[in-house]
Amino acid sequence: MSPKLRSALELTGIYAIFAFMTVIILYPIVWAIGMSLNPGQSLYSSSIIPENWSLEHYKWLFTDPRSNYVTWYKNSMIVSGCAALFSVIITSVVAFSFSRYKFAGRTSALYTFLILQMFPVMMAMVALYIFLHLVGLLDSLTGLILIYVGSQIPFNAWLVKGYLDTIPRELDEAARIDGAGHFTVFWRIVLPLAKPILAVVALFNFMTPLFDFILPSIVLNSPENYTIALGLFNFINDQFSNNFTRFTAGAILIAIPVAVVYLFLQRYLISGLTAGGTKG
Amino acid sequence: MPQHQEQKQLTNNQKKFNPNVAMVLSILLAGLGQIYNKRYMKGISFIILEIAFILATFDFLWLGLWGIMTLGTIPGVDHSIYLLVYGIVSLIIIAFAVTLYVFNVRDAHKQAILLNNGKQPPSFKQAIRNGYDKAFPYIMTAPGLVLLIFTVVFPLLFAVALAFTNYDLYNSPPRNLVEWIGFNNFKDLATIPIWQDTFISVFSWTIIWTLVATSFQIVVGLVLAVLVNDKRVKFKKTIRTILILPWAVPGFVSILIFAAMFNDEFGAINRDIIIPLIGGDGLPWLTDPTYTKIVLIMIQTWLGYPFVFALFSGVLQSVSSEWYEAAEVDGATRWQKFRNITLPHVLFATAPLLIIQYTTNFNNFNIIYLFNEGGPAVQGQNAGGTDILISWVYKLTFDTNNYSMAAAISLIIGLIVSIFAFFQFRRTNSFKEEGNI
Repeated sequence: MSPKLRSALELTGIYAIFAFMTVIILYPIVWAIGMSLNPGQSLYSSSIIPENWSLEHYKWLFTDPRSNYVTWYKNSMIVSGCAALFSVIITSVVAFSFSRYKFAGRTSALYTFLILQMFPVMMAMVALYIFLHLVGLLDSLTGLILIYVGSQIPFNAWLVKGYLDTIPRELDEAARIDGAGHFTVFWRIVLPLAKPILAVVALFNFMTPLFDFILPSIVLNSPENYTIALGLFNFINDQFSNNFTRFTAGAILIAIPVAVVYLFLQRYLISGLTAGGTKG
Repeated sequence: MPQHQEQKQLTNNQKKFNPNVAMVLSILLAGLGQIYNKRYMKGISFIILEIAFILATFDFLWLGLWGIMTLGTIPGVDHSIYLLVYGIVSLIIIAFAVTLYVFNVRDAHKQAILLNNGKQPPSFKQAIRNGYDKAFPYIMTAPGLVLLIFTVVFPLLFAVALAFTNYDLYNSPPRNLVEWIGFNNFKDLATIPIWQDTFISVFSWTIIWTLVATSFQIVVGLVLAVLVNDKRVKFKKTIRTILILPWAVPGFVSILIFAAMFNDEFGAINRDIIIPLIGGDGLPWLTDPTYTKIVLIMIQTWLGYPFVFALFSGVLQSVSSEWYEAAEVDGATRWQKFRNITLPHVLFATAPLLIIQYTTNFNNFNIIYLFNEGGPAVQGQNAGGTDILISWVYKLTFDTNNYSMAAAISLIIGLIVSIFAFFQFRRTNSFKEEGNI
C-alpha cells in the first residue's frame, strides 16, 4: 500500500469516527427538540418529526396561569446570581490569605480543605435539613444560597490559590514599598490579575445551582420557591409520560442560553482549570 | 567573664519577667499573664473577653454537653436530635475557645521571654498596628470559615455522630429518645444477611461503576483529542464544537431525556431502533439491572468525555512539535511517539483533574437517581439494582427514614474518599508554596 493511499484511508477512518460521534451526540438533542414541538402530552404518540408541530408547550409555560415557569426562572437567577457573586468574594479573599500570608493554622486548614472538597454535600443532607430548620431558613432561597456558597469554598479556594501562587510576589512587595496596605494590595494588585480564574469560579457557581435539583428538593417545598431544575423535574416526576413534552420545552429554553455561554467560554474554563489545577 | 555578667543580667531580668509565671498566670485567667508583662490594655481586654464568653455561653455549652452525653432522658420532653445538634455546636465553640486560650498562654510566655531579652514593650499604637498585620489573614478568612463550619463541617460531624445512634423511623423524637449504640450499625451491616447482601452488591457495583465509567470517559476523550489534533484533519474548530456539545447541555436535562429515550415501552430506542432493526419487543433497558448498568455507563461516557476531551485538547496543543521531530529522526513509530511523548505529557498535566473525575463518579448521585431512581428493584436486598452507595444513602434517608444506617454508610463513603484524598496529597505541590508575610 502506498503511503498516500494509506494516509487517505486513515483520514477517512478518522472522519468516519467523527461522523459516528456526531450522530450519537446530536440524536438525543434533536429528539428532545422534536418532542417539545409535539402537540400532545404523551410520549407514546410523539415522534421525532411531529406531523403537525406546534409551539403550544412553549406558550403554555409563559401564559398559562397554572404555570410557574417564569417564577422558577427568576428564582434560579436569584439563587445562581447570589451564589456566584458571594462565592467569588469569599473565595478570592480566602485564597488571597492562603496564598500570601504565613499564619498559624494555615497548613492544617489547607489539608482540611483538601479533604473536605472530597466529601459530597449529599452525605450531610439530614444535618443540613435540621440546621436550616433550626435557624428558620427552610423553604427559603437564602438558605439555599448559604449552603451553595459554603460548600464550594474548599474546592474553589484551592483552585484560586493555585492561580494566585502564579502571580509574582514581587508585584505585592513593590506595592507595599510604595505604601500600600494589605487591602490595597489585594484590591488593586492581586484581584485584577486574578480575573480569569475568578470568572471560572463565577461561572461554576452560577451553573451548579442552576442545574442542581437534589439540594433544592430537600430545602424547598412550596412550588413558588422552586428553582427551575426542581420545577422541571416535577413536570415528569409524577406521571412520566404525561408531561414529558412540556418538560422538554422548558428544558430547551434553559439549555440553549447555557450551551451558548459554555461553548463561548470553554477555552477560558479549561485554561483556568489547568492553570489552577495542575499547580494546586 | 562576660558570660558570667550576661548570666547575672539574665537572672536579674528573670526576677522581673519569669516566662513560667506569666504562663501559669495566663492559664489561671486569660489576660493575667499579659498584665504581669505590663501589657495592661491587652490583659484587661482578654479578661473582659473571657468573662463575657463564659457568661454568654455557659448555659448553652452546659446544655449541649449534657445533651450530647445523654441524648436526653425524658421521652416526649427532651428532643434527642436537637440536643445532639446543640452538643456538636458546643464542641465547635469549645474547640475555638481552647485554640484562643492556647494562643493567649503562648503569647504571655513569648512576651515574657522577649522582655527578658531586653526588648521594649511596644507602644499601644504600635501594638495595634502589629495586631492588625497579624490579624489580617484571620479577618479575611473569618467569614468564609464561619460559613464553612456551618454548612460543611457541622453537617459532616453530625452525620458522623448519627452513625453511632439508633435514629430511625421507630426511634424518632420528639416521641421517643435516640440512644448511642456504638458500632452496632456497622455490625448489622456486616452480619445481618439482608444488609450484608445489599452492602456487598451495592459496594461492588459502585466500584465497577466508578472505574469503568470514568475510564471510558477518559479513553474516549483522549482518543478523540488525539484524532482532532491530527495535522491532516480539517474543520478542527467545528469538530471540536460538536464534540464538546454534550458538556454544554445541562446534565440533568440530558439524563432525563435519555431516561425517556430508553423507556422500555415507548422510548425511542426500543421503538425506532431496536424493534425495527432486530425485532421482538425491544430490550428491557429499565427493568433488567444488567441492561440498566450498561446504559448507565454509556450515558456517563456521553456526558463526561467532552470535559476530558477539552482538557486534553488544550494540553496537546502545548506539546512541542520539536519532540516529535526529534523522535522521527530517531525512527520512532507512531505508537512509540504516542506512548512516550503524548501520553506522559498529557497525563502529567491533568492527573489531579482526572483523579477528581473518579471521585465525582464515585458519588455521582444525579445520573443514577435521575435515570432510573437506582432501580430496577432486586429481590433480597433493600437497594435498587443500580444503586451506588450515595443513592442508597439518599433512599435510606428519605424513603425509609433509616437515618442512622444512612449515616453509617456515609461514613464508609467518607473513608473511601479519604483514600482518594491521600493520592491527591501526594501529587500536589501547593504546600511548598509558602506565604511570605
